[in-house]
This record gives sequence, structure tokens and C-alpha cells, in this order.
Amino acid sequence: MFETFDATLLARMQFAFTVSFHIIFPAFSIGLASYLAVLEGLWLWKKQVVYLELFDFWKTIFALAFGMGVVSGIVMSYQFGTNWSVFSDKVGPVIGPLMGYEVLSAFFLEAGFLGIMLFGRNRVGPGLHFFATLMVAVGTLISATWILSANSWMQTPQGFAMNDKGQFIPADWWAVIFNPSFPYRLVHMVLAAYLTTALVVGAVGGLHLLRRTAPLRAGTMFSMAMWMLTIVAPIQIFAGDQHGLNTLEHQPVKVMAMEGHYQSHPDGAPLILFGLPNHAEQRIDYAIEIPKLSSLILKHSLDAPLKGLDTVPRELQPPVPIVFWSFRIMVGLGFAMLGLGLWSLYCRWRRRLYTSEWLHRAAMIMGPAGFVAVLAGWVTTEVGRQPYTVYGHLLTANSVSPIAAAAVGSSLVAFIIVYFLVFGAGTFYILRLMSRLPRDPSGDLGEGPIRTAGITPAPHAATLPAGGRHGH
Amino acid sequence: MVIDLPFIWAAIIAFAVLAYVILDGFDLGVGILFPLFPEKRHRDVMMNSVAPVWDGNETWLVLGGGGLMAVFPLAYATILPALYAPIIAMLLGLIFRGVAFEYRWRTGRAQYLWNWAFAGGSFMAALAQGIALGALVQGIPVANRAYSGGWWDWLTPFSIATGLAVVIGYALLGSTWLVMKTTGDLRDKARSLSYIAALATLAAMGVFSLWTPFLEPLYLNRWFSWPTAIFSVIVPLLVLGCFWLLLTGLKNNRDSRPFLAALGLFILGYAGIGISFYPYIVPTSVTIWDAAAPDESLGFLLVGALILVPLILAYTSYAYWVFRGKVDPEEGYH
Ligand code: HDD
Ligand code: HEM
Ligand code: HEM
Repeated sequence: MFETFDATLLARMQFAFTVSFHIIFPAFSIGLASYLAVLEGLWLWKKQVVYLELFDFWKTIFALAFGMGVVSGIVMSYQFGTNWSVFSDKVGPVIGPLMGYEVLSAFFLEAGFLGIMLFGRNRVGPGLHFFATLMVAVGTLISATWILSANSWMQTPQGFAMNDKGQFIPADWWAVIFNPSFPYRLVHMVLAAYLTTALVVGAVGGLHLLRRTAPLRAGTMFSMAMWMLTIVAPIQIFAGDQHGLNTLEHQPVKVMAMEGHYQSHPDGAPLILFGLPNHAEQRIDYAIEIPKLSSLILKHSLDAPLKGLDTVPRELQPPVPIVFWSFRIMVGLGFAMLGLGLWSLYCRWRRRLYTSEWLHRAAMIMGPAGFVAVLAGWVTTEVGRQPYTVYGHLLTANSVSPIAAAAVGSSLVAFIIVYFLVFGAGTFYILRLMSRLPRDPSGDLGEGPIRTAGITPAPHAATLPAGGRHGH
Repeated sequence: MVIDLPFIWAAIIAFAVLAYVILDGFDLGVGILFPLFPEKRHRDVMMNSVAPVWDGNETWLVLGGGGLMAVFPLAYATILPALYAPIIAMLLGLIFRGVAFEYRWRTGRAQYLWNWAFAGGSFMAALAQGIALGALVQGIPVANRAYSGGWWDWLTPFSIATGLAVVIGYALLGSTWLVMKTTGDLRDKARSLSYIAALATLAAMGVFSLWTPFLEPLYLNRWFSWPTAIFSVIVPLLVLGCFWLLLTGLKNNRDSRPFLAALGLFILGYAGIGISFYPYIVPTSVTIWDAAAPDESLGFLLVGALILVPLILAYTSYAYWVFRGKVDPEEGYH
């Protein structure tokens, strides 16, 4: 059944499929873990029940998303061995220890305190419970740091030597970890996770503001999410720009593919907004372009020369159309996020944040945008690195396990079926939880007066009767 | 003095795998026993008894696997392709049972589906791990730094037998865990199951011990020639000692002792396998020194392991301590 495919292509498809599913969950849970820590901190500090209620609401959703992140992640860590054994043997000495540190410093931390965070509220004091939430949040960030260092090393490798067995061996760990693209990728990805979460929280807040059933809680989360978005979206655009400049320095071919520059431009390259990449003919059809703008963005000079893909042999070019489109999707969504943030700022200024139904609808439509942008960004990064796994040093074709196409093909089919079933069901449960606010009847506590007095969240004095609420 | 980093790392990885086997062993065991407890109130308590700790338990698997890539890349790169099908089956099983912990509480109508996912996934993961163990013990041929055997080599009567043995052993860990953590009729039922599982485990260990030496001359020599033959006397004696503790613990209602004794059985069985293997990491093709990454990698990660592993053990014990004692059936989910 799989004879017509080659094992390398199937292994690539399997990796792309499983990692794309995996990244969806961390992108959400990194941001949500931090959000939960903030909510619990606010609750301990201000003693307003609304924060505790929001904490409990999002905690249940977090538990689901986190569980899916864990099981899809375990698949990733074994897949290097099953499908990319040659890669693992050669590169293991360098990126293996980075992933080892990820397990030791992050995964255990998250897992160890997750149980206390989810189930331990009435077994440990509030202070310790908050500590557990903080540890989970810190754990997700440490995890992102190590895995992105490993990935960045594959993009911009340095600090290594080769031994006689053909293995990459570490020569300078500092140089390996702090490789040139790592700081940019770390900042860009963590901001992306925060944006993704802000958009989801904003969408849920918007939905419930429209429904008018729980205006205090919906309003509080909506306002928090919109602040996050307004502040982080511009920073992310700036960070992305810096990231791109860095990529131009270290992986110029990837930037050529993102920009769609098949030709070299000795005196100022145009910025191609849209067009249809024609990879066979090595040109962009129907290009809509702004003259010289690309040179201005990338080189800060209108007439700066920029090399194109005509300087790169065909077999060393990445698949340009994919990179070209995924990059535009990400950037387009980035500006849409900025737009939503600015609109919310305007409404806030005009005191319509909680009443502008169009804003709430827009926030709901933008709910999934973070996930799409994250996936598009990773596709840009990873497909743009092709045909290498370790940029400039190890070809993808030389990384794959000596394994039969039938074996990879059947496991790929199994993963596709299981992932759609299992994560489809999980997504359904998450969406259902999101649409049920309040989930708990005691959640109405103290909301009556607010509803009649208008729906602007006001400082809310009601505190919980001792022991009135448990973690379940 | 030259420090033998590969040897130290072999010990750390062996510890991680052992920690995985006994820790995830009991929570997989609880899943394996699920079909024998049809009542919902029992199942809720069973699930709650492991829900706060299963993720930490499974992290040892990530350390065992991910750590192998870092410190013994050649072993990682040959064992996993050789065991391709069982590994994939294990991963799929772990997905089903892992998500069931949360999904099961999110639905009434489809709860039976996630009960099956929990039981079936646990069973599949345990069976696949056992088959993988058997296939490893049989030996894995390696040539030119790559697996050189066939795609079905892992499937033999021996590996099927080890697969079933691991399922039985995990069931014992699970049932004694339930004796320790639960009350009432649930505990009583787990107690009667523990007797059966204990006998079956002892039988499985016996079959395994008699079968293994005849697979491979190395193992035969290890167990029947001086001085290592000493272990052939000591290990079985200790096994019988643990077995006795287990049975008397069950009989005298000392509810924690059976679980601890079952852990002892696992540790002894594991030590026995280690004695057979040494110094190979991929029997009988690759030794720990052939497979080891360069000292720069081993040393760098060792610094972290020496600091972080004690910390991990400390806060993991704390997490277990927070949830100590019998599970209160009234205490619901989060
Ligand atoms: C530490 C390593 C690492 C990390 C953190 C990531 N990747 Fe990656 N990725 C690889 C290591 C890798 C790889 C092993 O190097 C692959 C396998 C095949 C290949 O060409 O590179 C790869 C391929 C690969 C491909 C297929 C490219 C192709 O074959 O054309 C896609 C679409 C992604 N990855 C997507 C992602 C996403 C969405 C990630 C976000 C989590 C991600 N990668 C993180
Ligand atoms: C190919 C690359 C990757 C591998 C092999 C991998 C591996 C894993 C594994 C094994 C787990 C489960 C840990 C546990 O048992 O608790 C996990 C979870 C996680 N991973 Fe990944 N991962 C990869 C990519 C990424 C990336 C790119 C990020 C973030 C930028 C990331 C962030 C996380 C986080 C935050 C978790 C915790 C669970 C969650 O939040 O959903 N991972 N990963
Ligand atoms: C609008 C302005 C943006 C610009 C100019 C930009 C720029 C870039 C560039 C150049 C890369 C590829 C870097 C490389 O491979 O070397 C990248 C990757 C990525 N982008 Fe963006 N980006 C923008 C917005 C966003 C947004 C809004 C998100 C998500 C919410 C996002 C998420 C990502 C992710 C997850 C990656 C892959 C990881 C990485 O390489 O950092 N980006 N971005």
C-alpha cells in the first residue's frame, strides 16, 4: 500500500503531523499556566471571588489541554528514535543533553506540582497551592527554553565538532545553547503563546458578554485578555521583525523563500505582498509588489542589493510556495491581532469595552487566530530550513531511519486516526467547558447587585465563607 | 583518577527505567484491573487514587527515552527502530489512557468509552512494554551503527510471554496499590485479586528465569558460572522473602506491606535482568561504552542530573505525601 512512497517522505509527514498537533497544546498551556498564576495571585492579594472563580473555570480547561500536551509530547520524544535514528545517533550528543535538561528541570517540575495544583487545594494551604501553580507556570517556560534552544541549534548550529564516527560533538556548550537564533526564537515563541492564550480568553469573554449571563466574570477576563493583546501584539511584530533580520544573517535562503525572491536584486528589492509562487519556473506570477521596500526593511536602505534564489542550486532550495504562504498567514494574523488590540483600546477609552457587541464578535472570530499563526510560523521556520535538518550540515535525506516505508506508513495512518479521534474529542470537551460559565452553581455568589447596577466590573468585596468552596 | 562516565550514566538510566516501571507500573495496573470493577463508584475512587501522580510517574519514561538519546545515542538509534511496532503501540496506548483521566469526568453519556480507553490503553501499553523487554532480552543485531534485523524479529513466543508477564506484574502492583489506598468493599476485592496476581507473578518470574538462560550463552554463563552464580542463589531467596511478606501482609491486613513487597519483587526481577545484560546496553551487540556519547555530553548532563535528580525525588515525595493515606470516596474530582 505504501510502496509508492519513500520512507523519508512518510517520516517527514509523520513528524510534521504529530509535532503540529503537539505544539497546539503547549502554545495554549504555556500562556494559560501563567494566566492561572496571575488569577490566583490576584485572588490571594485582592480577595475578590471573581478571580477565584475564573481560576477554577480555567483550571479545568487547563487540565484537559495539559493532558493532551503531555501525551502528544511523549510521542515526539520517541519519534526521534523510531523514525530519525540516524539523526539521533549523529546529533544526540549535542541536542540530547538539552532535551535531557528539559526533562530534568521542566517536565518533572510541571508534573510534580500539577497534581497539587489540580487536586490539592484543601490539602495544602493557599500559599503552598499558589506556589504549586507558580511552579507549573515556570515549568512550562523552562520547557520552552530548552526545546527551543535545541531547535534553534538545528537552525543555526555552532559550537560543535565532528568525530570519526560522523557524530556532532559539543565543543562549547555556551555557544551551543546560546546559538544565534535562540534568543529571538524564544522571545517570539513565548510571546506567541501569550497571544494565543489572550485570544482564546478574549473569545470566551466575548461570548459570555454577548450572552449576558455572567457579566462580571466575562467582563473581567475580557478586559484582562484585551490588555494582554494590546500590549503584546505590537511587541510581537517588533520581535518578529528582529527575528527576520537575524534569519537573514544566518539563513538567507529561508528569507529568500519567505519573501519570494527568486531573482537577485542588485539595486533594491521589492516587497512582494501577494502573488502565486511558480516554483517550476522559479518566479512569482501575478506579483503585487512595492518597489524597494524589502531592501528597506531588511537592509535599512532603499537601494541595498539582495540576493535571490537564483544564487542557490535547485536541490538546496526549500519548497518556496509553502514558506511564502505560511509566512504571509502569520504576518497577516499578527496585524489582525494588533488591529483587535487597538480597537479594544479605543472602546475602552470610549467606555464601551463591555458593551460593544461588534468588538465581542470580532474577539470570538479571532479566538483561534493564535493557533493558526503559531502553526504558520513553525511551518515557515521548519520548511524554510529544508533540505537540511541541521542547517548546512546534515541533510534531511541522510537523517532518516533505515526503515521500511510500510512501517512508517502504517504508523502514520494509526497516528492520524487516533489523533483526530482523541484530540477531536478533547477539543469538543474544551469548547463545551468554555461555553459553560458559570459551571458551578455557587458561582452566582454576589453577582446580583452587579447585574442590576450595570455590567462594568466593579471592585467586588464579597469574600468566601471559610471552607465554603473546595477544589472540586 | 579517571571517572567512568558511561558507567555512571548506565546506572542513572537504569534507575530512571526502574523508577518508571514501578511507578507507572501501579497506575497502569489500576487501569488493567478496571474491567474487573464494573461499579462506577469503585472506578471513580480507583481513578482518583492515581490521578494526582500519574503524570509524574510517566515523566520517568521520558527521562529513560530522552536520556538515552543524550547519553547513549547509538542505543537509542538502534533499539527504537528494532522495536518499532511495540513502541508505537505503547505510545498509542499511553495516549488513550492518559487523556482518559480528564475526559472521563467531562462526559456522562460517553463515559463508558473513556473507561474502555483507560483499561484498553493501560493493557496495550503494558503488553507492548513487556514485548519490548522480551525482544531486547533476545538480542538486537547491529551493523554499521544501525539496526540490521528484520521488522518482525520482535515477535516471538518469548516476547509474547514477557508481554503477558509484565501485564500480570503490573496488575499485582495495581491491586496491592488499591489495597493500600482504598477502603471498604473495593479494598476487599483488591485484596482477593492480589492473591491471584501474586501467584501468577511468581509463576511468570519462574518461567522467565528458566527460559532466559537458554536464549543466549552469555546469560547462561552469567547465572551458572562462578562468581556470578552467587546471584543465582541470592536473588531467588530474596524473591521468596518478598513473596512471603506480601502474603502475610495481605493475610494480616497490613495494608501497605503488600504494595511494598510487590515493589521489592519488581526491583529484584529488574536487578536479575541487569545482571544478565551487563555490560551490554543492546544485547549482545553494543556495550555501554560503545554506545556512550562523548564525555563532553555525559559530563555536561551529569552536573544537572546530580543537582536535579535529588530535587526531583524530594518534591515528588512531597507530592506523594500530600496525597498520603486512604482515598476518601467522598472527595470528588477537581
Ligand atoms: C528539537 C527539535 C525540533 C523542534 C522543537 C521542532 N522541530 Fe520541526 N522538525 C524537526 C525538529 C524539531 C526535525 C527532526 O529536524 C524535522 C523532522 C524532519 C525534518 O526535516 O526536520 C522537523 C520537521 C518539521 C516539519 C516538516 C518539514 C518538512 O519536512 O518539510 C514541520 C512542518 C515541523 N517540523 C513543524 C514543527 C512545529 C510545528 C514545531 C513546534 C513545536 C517544531 N517543528 C518544532
Ligand atoms: C520535537 C520537539 C518536541 C519534543 C520532542 C517535545 C517533547 C515533549 C514531551 C515528551 C512532553 C511531555 C512531558 C511530560 O511528560 O510532562 C512535552 C510537553 C510539553 N512541551 Fe513539548 N516537545 C517538543 C516541542 C515543543 C515546543 C517547540 C515547545 C514550546 C515552545 C514545547 C513545549 C512543551 C510544554 C510547555 C509541555 C508541557 C505540556 C503542555 O504544556 O501541554 N514542546 N513535550
Ligand atoms: C506580524 C509580524 C510578524 C513577523 C514579522 C514575524 C516574523 C517571523 C519570522 C521571520 C519567523 C521565522 C524565523 C526563522 O525561521 O528563522 C517567524 C517564526 C514564527 N512566528 Fe512569527 N512573525 C510575526 C507575527 C507572529 C505572530 C502574531 C505569531 C503568533 C501568535 C507568530 C508566531 C511564530 C512562530 C510560532 C514561529 C516559529 C518559531 C520561530 O522560529 O520563532 N509570529 N516569525
